[in-house]
Amino acid sequence: MLAREPDSASLRDAARPGKAGAIDLVKIEKVAKRYGSERALAGVSLELRAGSMCALLGHNGAGKTTLVGVVSTLVRPTGGQVAYESAGKRVEGDRVRREIGLLAHASLCYGELSAIENLEFFAGLYGVDASAPAIGKLLDQVGLDPRARGRAARTYSRGMVQRLALARALLAQPSLVLLDEPFTGLDRGGALALGEQLGALRDAGAIVVVVTHDLEAIAGRADHVAILRRGQLVLEERGAYSYEQLKDLYHRHAN
Amino acid sequence: MLRQAARVAWKDLRIELRSREIVYTMAFFGGLLVVVYSFVFPVDPILVRAAVPGMLWVSIAFAGTIGLGRAFDRERENDTMRALLLAPVPRLSVFLGKAIAIAALVLAVTAVCVPALALLLDAPLFAEPGPLVLVLVLGAIGFAIVGTVFAASLLKVRSRDVLLPVVLYPLLVPLFVAGTSATAALIAERANLAKAWYWIGFLGLYDAAFLVLSLWVFESLVIE
Repeated sequence: MLAREPDSASLRDAARPGKAGAIDLVKIEKVAKRYGSERALAGVSLELRAGSMCALLGHNGAGKTTLVGVVSTLVRPTGGQVAYESAGKRVEGDRVRREIGLLAHASLCYGELSAIENLEFFAGLYGVDASAPAIGKLLDQVGLDPRARGRAARTYSRGMVQRLALARALLAQPSLVLLDEPFTGLDRGGALALGEQLGALRDAGAIVVVVTHDLEAIAGRADHVAILRRGQLVLEERGAYSYEQLKDLYHRHAN
Repeated sequence: MLRQAARVAWKDLRIELRSREIVYTMAFFGGLLVVVYSFVFPVDPILVRAAVPGMLWVSIAFAGTIGLGRAFDRERENDTMRALLLAPVPRLSVFLGKAIAIAALVLAVTAVCVPALALLLDAPLFAEPGPLVLVLVLGAIGFAIVGTVFAASLLKVRSRDVLLPVVLYPLLVPLFVAGTSATAALIAERANLAKAWYWIGFLGLYDAAFLVLSLWVFESLVIE
């Protein structure tokens, strides 16, 4: 699946900690979200800090994707708020979105356009370097096969789509990287390689949030665990976690 | 904001130029409607002058709705609408970009329907080409503005294909009235330019009013 291994070391360049406007703190304060009579989130409070990787865990329907949606500014909470800070100052609006890299269930890329055309388009929207060398460097970093870069993205394998999606998410060197089930569809090697890339982003100083059921891929990398159950935060801990520890936490608190 | 809107519009048109899926479907459907009209209505000069404006605008409405739905389905396929809304640009530029692309597609349909009506029903649609082009451009813009708001807000709704015309057409009634009235005035035996310009002015006001309204409500409608 993953024809070329990603370059984790150079992926550190994909985040830019310490740059002006970089988000270094996200305060999720009593966030609630209802869809009609359905409660998706009920008063979730959480702090996300620069240089950390938060594993957001929970069963299907626990509210993880909704929480990522709220943090990404794409879902409006029905209660509470999310505050973004950069060097102690509040950041809002376009400046927040400028700092967010989102890897969602879908690729968020156009199937009719090639990887290069997709990245050129989004680079234009983000106002970042859309030159061929810059795009080529980013695609090298995520390890997308050079022979596939000019082909329509709809012809890509799942692994290639995931690489393109990651490149799109990292295009503007985000300081807040949100990943919703990033390992879906990847084989074991691919999932572990992507986990390594995410660790590199964290080491570079980004805030990384990973929603996943693949505990093995984030074991040893996540240093912050939050578990949601039926829209409520039932556990929040910081520390270093092995696969067994993550599995134990998950089984004790998510059920 | 306008530069980013142009970027979004060009992206849509670039995809369409490559696939030609929407424009072919719209043009074929619009052309087919005209062919059907030519069979079911007698080619009588008086009847043609009375009925052709309605035929033209009904064709634009139906074909335009097909294109509108498909253009937003494209943004739904890989959830790319979220990527657009996440970009650090005014969300209104996303709206404007989508509307510009839709307007271009609607104009492409009119480029098929107008000659087809003139040819098959012997309609004098080229009697006053300048004002007619203005009517069609303003009509396409109005359709695109209102259509973009509703198509974007229904993106996550399961029955959007049914709901889109149901919510869209009542708001488009003034546009269709103005469009048909202006077209009728232009193809009358003795073209009534004063009346045509009155309705052209009305179309301009309609577009301006709905542009302001759409810019105001778009963001609140598309964010979940």
